[in-house]
Amino acid sequence: MNPAVAIIGFAQAPCRPSAGTTSGVETLVPLFHQALSAARLDRREVDFWCSGSSDYLAGRAFSFVSAIDAIGAYPPICESHVEMDAAWAFYEAYVKILAGEAETALVYGFGKSSAGLLRRVLALQLDPYVAAPLWPDSVSVAALQARLAIDAGLVTEEAMAEVAARSQADASTNPYAQVSGQLTVDDLVATPYVADPLRAHDCAPVSDGAAALVLAAGERARRHREQPAWISGVAHRVDPQGLGERDLTTVPSATAAAEAVSLPADLDVAELHAPFTHQELLLRTALGLGDRVRINPSGGALCGNPMFSAGLARIGAAAEQVMSGQARRAAGHATSGPALQQNLICLLEARS
Amino acid sequence: MDTASAPPLAAPLDIAFDYTRSLGPVLGRFMTGLRDRRVLGARTADGRVHVPPLEYDPATHAPVTELVPVPPTGTVTSWTWTDQPLDGQPLDRPFGWALIRLDGADTALLHAVDAGTRESMRTGMRVRIRWAAERSGHIRDIACFEPDPGPPRASGSATGGDPATASDLDTSGDPDTSNGAGTSGDLSTSGELVTGITTPIRLSYTHTTSAEESRYLHALSEGRLLGQRCPACRKVYVPPRVCPADGVPTEEEVPVHDHGTVTTFCVVNVPFAGQRLDPPYVVAQVLLDGADIPIPHLILGAAGEVRMGMRVAAVWRDPATWSTTPENIAHFRPTGEPDAPYESYQEHL
Ligand SMILES: [Zn+2]
Repeated sequence: MNPAVAIIGFAQAPCRPSAGTTSGVETLVPLFHQALSAARLDRREVDFWCSGSSDYLAGRAFSFVSAIDAIGAYPPICESHVEMDAAWAFYEAYVKILAGEAETALVYGFGKSSAGLLRRVLALQLDPYVAAPLWPDSVSVAALQARLAIDAGLVTEEAMAEVAARSQADASTNPYAQVSGQLTVDDLVATPYVADPLRAHDCAPVSDGAAALVLAAGERARRHREQPAWISGVAHRVDPQGLGERDLTTVPSATAAAEAVSLPADLDVAELHAPFTHQELLLRTALGLGDRVRINPSGGALCGNPMFSAGLARIGAAAEQVMSGQARRAAGHATSGPALQQNLICLLEARS
Repeated sequence: MDTASAPPLAAPLDIAFDYTRSLGPVLGRFMTGLRDRRVLGARTADGRVHVPPLEYDPATHAPVTELVPVPPTGTVTSWTWTDQPLDGQPLDRPFGWALIRLDGADTALLHAVDAGTRESMRTGMRVRIRWAAERSGHIRDIACFEPDPGPPRASGSATGGDPATASDLDTSGDPDTSNGAGTSGDLSTSGELVTGITTPIRLSYTHTTSAEESRYLHALSEGRLLGQRCPACRKVYVPPRVCPADGVPTEEEVPVHDHGTVTTFCVVNVPFAGQRLDPPYVVAQVLLDGADIPIPHLILGAAGEVRMGMRVAAVWRDPATWSTTPENIAHFRPTGEPDAPYESYQEHL
């Protein structure tokens, strides 16, 4: 068994269509304060800081460096960054603690998704030789996947609308959500396509936001938090980059990650990072989640999808379920890349 | 205007750069083929043909060496519709995106289909390549696909040659096997091997400042320099920022003088794209009187004499041209005062 590492604090900024500066610094300052307060930790007690963000959102090189201002990096700190969703920064921090190089860590993700035309900016994450030069936007790429799943009989437009209706209803009690409401499947499927077969409700909104999460090892976690969310496994896997190289109706990397953490069937809660409705349905199958598992009580990424922190926020939301005693076992999932190419699973549990 | 309550300033930020990429043996031959109106697929050890080609066999991990021609016709395996094309996409009128499995290939290529209307698109539709008039060895040499009126044909065969397309596909030559030189002797590929591609990237953003930065910029439009003091360490930042030492926003506004001291400098001798002055010229860090962090700016009118400790003053442009920008200060000039002692700025280097 791995040495124990737990999540002991989480905070997120409200997801909004347009909020904050391009640099993100002003958003992060209160966020760090909230996450550290929840963990009863002073910023100078943080051994390791790790962030996820992208210069392509900010439109400038080394944009993550200016965000470090929000830390107050004096005396000098130990810091790292990934150009991915901060769920992968979380993985780096987790490994850092397992390796004994840190006892505490703060992980954060941020980005102003609304600064550019997000779905066009995201074309640049595709293969740079044969795909990105065509500027396929992220919504169209997801639509190609959705049609394959529909043609294969794995999902229907009605089932996709049900995911949207359930998510928006759940989000009505989540103050951080950007969209929420009481919707009916009949009304939803009567709306026009934005990228056939995807309608507006099938696509996550463009969200500005940020999230921060505090980790600690063993005894340290017990000292700072009454009911830490203990990490019983984290794994991430990658599928091939070429969109025509893989079967887009399956998510082998998510299945492999779930197997690596021995994801149980009797989870209480799973927070899935599915920016499109059909992707939640594909993920439930790929992860082997039964009907009993409560999916996305937060409303999920469909109700607020701040780039580079939405995946971390899924882990944070799952951890909150455990830390608050509402769930014994919860999983947080994050995705990165086009059409669910990369997937990370974090299994969390309460321990008495 | 009450600038304290005005929304933060925002401005367009347009960036552009050309990505140049070398291609290697597989993609080099693939792009060379496109230039010559031929599509080459990569055959892996299991016999599957990949279009676009793979550089390494995903099962054996061996480098792919065998490229085989496939015809310019294929079948749509998935599609969506774009009513309003975005900048840079293959067509500037409504079109379909599609995954297209070319005849003889086992994998699908992503590209645009010039189908006219959404109703013309369907899974299983037959399409063919429309070649760009000017081709350089780039994926954009395929202008797009268009509906193919020809009869459906069996897929799964990697034999390539197709009588129906002989007019624009020369597969009669050696099917370009293993070493990158296989195209020699083939009239349609007699040019140089394409070894690199250039892809222009243009992105448009709206850059949004913080409330503190906005007040600084509004003050500049009135010819004033405004700093802000950190409530923790009491240092004054120009322009204002979250104190990087304490991680707290600055609060108290502090007027700062437009005279200062050169803390360090460099002479720019190298020309570069977008340069506004002819080199050589001097860029210096100027510690404004009353501030604790220097700002970078130009020092003009003192060629060869700029030094650490030199006293300088801002040269403002004509007030009629002022706006919310640091460019209201054209440059700094020497004041002729005695140099500042090293001790006065050693904490600010
Ligand atoms: Zn300070």
